[in-house]
Amino acid sequence: MTSRILTRRQMLLRGSAALGGLLLAGCDRLTNAPSFRRMLESAEALTYRSQRLLLGSGALAREFRESDLSPVFRSNGTSFPDTDLYLRLLDNRFADWRLAVGGLVAKPLSWSLAALRAMPSRTQITRHDCVEGWSAIGKWTGVPLSAVLRLSQVMPQARYVVFYCADSFGSDAGTYYESVDLLDAFHPQTLLAYELNGKPLPVQNGAPLRLRVERQLGYKHAKYIVGIDVVAGLGNIRGGKGGFWEDQGYEWYAGI
Amino acid sequence: MQPNVIYRHSVVTRVLHWLNAVCVLVVLMSGLQIFNAHPRLYWGEYGANTDTAFIQIGSQHAPGEKAFAPWATLPSWQDLADGRRWHFFFAWVLVFNSALYLLVSCANGHVRRDLLPGRAELSPRRLMRELWDHLRLKFSSGETARHYNTLQKLAYLAVIFLLAPMMLITGLTMSPGIDAAAPWLLDLLGGRQSARTLHFLTAMLIVLFIIVHLAMVLLAGPLNELRSMITGRFVVPPDSSK
Repeated sequence: MTSRILTRRQMLLRGSAALGGLLLAGCDRLTNAPSFRRMLESAEALTYRSQRLLLGSGALAREFRESDLSPVFRSNGTSFPDTDLYLRLLDNRFADWRLAVGGLVAKPLSWSLAALRAMPSRTQITRHDCVEGWSAIGKWTGVPLSAVLRLSQVMPQARYVVFYCADSFGSDAGTYYESVDLLDAFHPQTLLAYELNGKPLPVQNGAPLRLRVERQLGYKHAKYIVGIDVVAGLGNIRGGKGGFWEDQGYEWYAGI
Repeated sequence: MQPNVIYRHSVVTRVLHWLNAVCVLVVLMSGLQIFNAHPRLYWGEYGANTDTAFIQIGSQHAPGEKAFAPWATLPSWQDLADGRRWHFFFAWVLVFNSALYLLVSCANGHVRRDLLPGRAELSPRRLMRELWDHLRLKFSSGETARHYNTLQKLAYLAVIFLLAPMMLITGLTMSPGIDAAAPWLLDLLGGRQSARTLHFLTAMLIVLFIIVHLAMVLLAGPLNELRSMITGRFVVPPDSSK
């Protein structure tokens, strides 16, 4: 009697384990099936549209007090870019660093760090949320991106702003890049930041210039920026998805 | 004696139950995939590697060793991007499914008739007796078996009206976009890392519910219980007290 019960229980357990294994293998196959991926990815458009509806253009990310600052502002992704370009720039403390603003603008401009620092600045204490799940609060100072874009006069057919970076993350994937739509580009809290917690941006956090786009996750906040391109579409740039992590499967809209 | 067969679950309840089961399984497993990307939980607004964790699962010092094993995550390999794709698509389905369930169940009387306990059912005496019956694995029969018992009703109500909304709110407030649109929602929870911790803990309560729910189905008569959730027909066990 006992042995029969055990056998039945074992069968049930083995049966469930086998069924579970099949289900899991099935899900893994679905993950890699192009049509199923497209279905999963369709959620991004729904999230983007509903958040844009909720947020409008003006809603500001929460700003905190000095006492709320994280004791240590963590660095993630590249913490020391070892590209030849970056090492040369770092060598003479970014004196030769230039930010090239081009693409669909009436006036392409080249900015030195001193010229950016001479512009009216904004300081904000905000929370940085990484896609991995952690958060850190930091105080950022920089030029609102909108000010830089206005001086270059964005053309009517422009839709996105692309940021090119000096660091290459990973071996053969090319340098880091990111993009935002014009709504986020002209948002008052979207900064080209050159200071963290009152000091020049440390190398591990993106020296000399990084993006702050406060209503999205950390990977949108491109570090080590060297170029800005205003474009009508993202399809022809690199992997075509609008960013380094986006080309690896992450959402372009990272407000979630 | 002819078995006493009743029509227990409406077609809407049955379809939405199974859709819900699929969605919950997917968001749970893809949620564990997302958790694995940073298997530490904190209280308050911020929290990262150098800050004090409230819970840490798995070792930070053994790279490649993940908090949750491949069989528990979706996809089974480590991939935060794919985990998020699964999670958010099925979270949307779950939102529509739950909204439809609430609308229909309020309109057709399912909530009032089948789920809300009457005053008599909530008496301590009755609750203690039901608890004792559950612990002895003595299941209701005859007339009382036509309806959910009180503990069952309370468990379902807790999941539908406490745990599910909690999952939704703690999930939404992890979004920096939603936090800009509705900062007061995050204030209710005590900060973004608190929201993440509560999202995880509430999910574990839902796992606990699912374990008890499945155990009850197996113990109370898996074929009859499963059939009632597939065809709607439920055989009322003959009154054992007579």
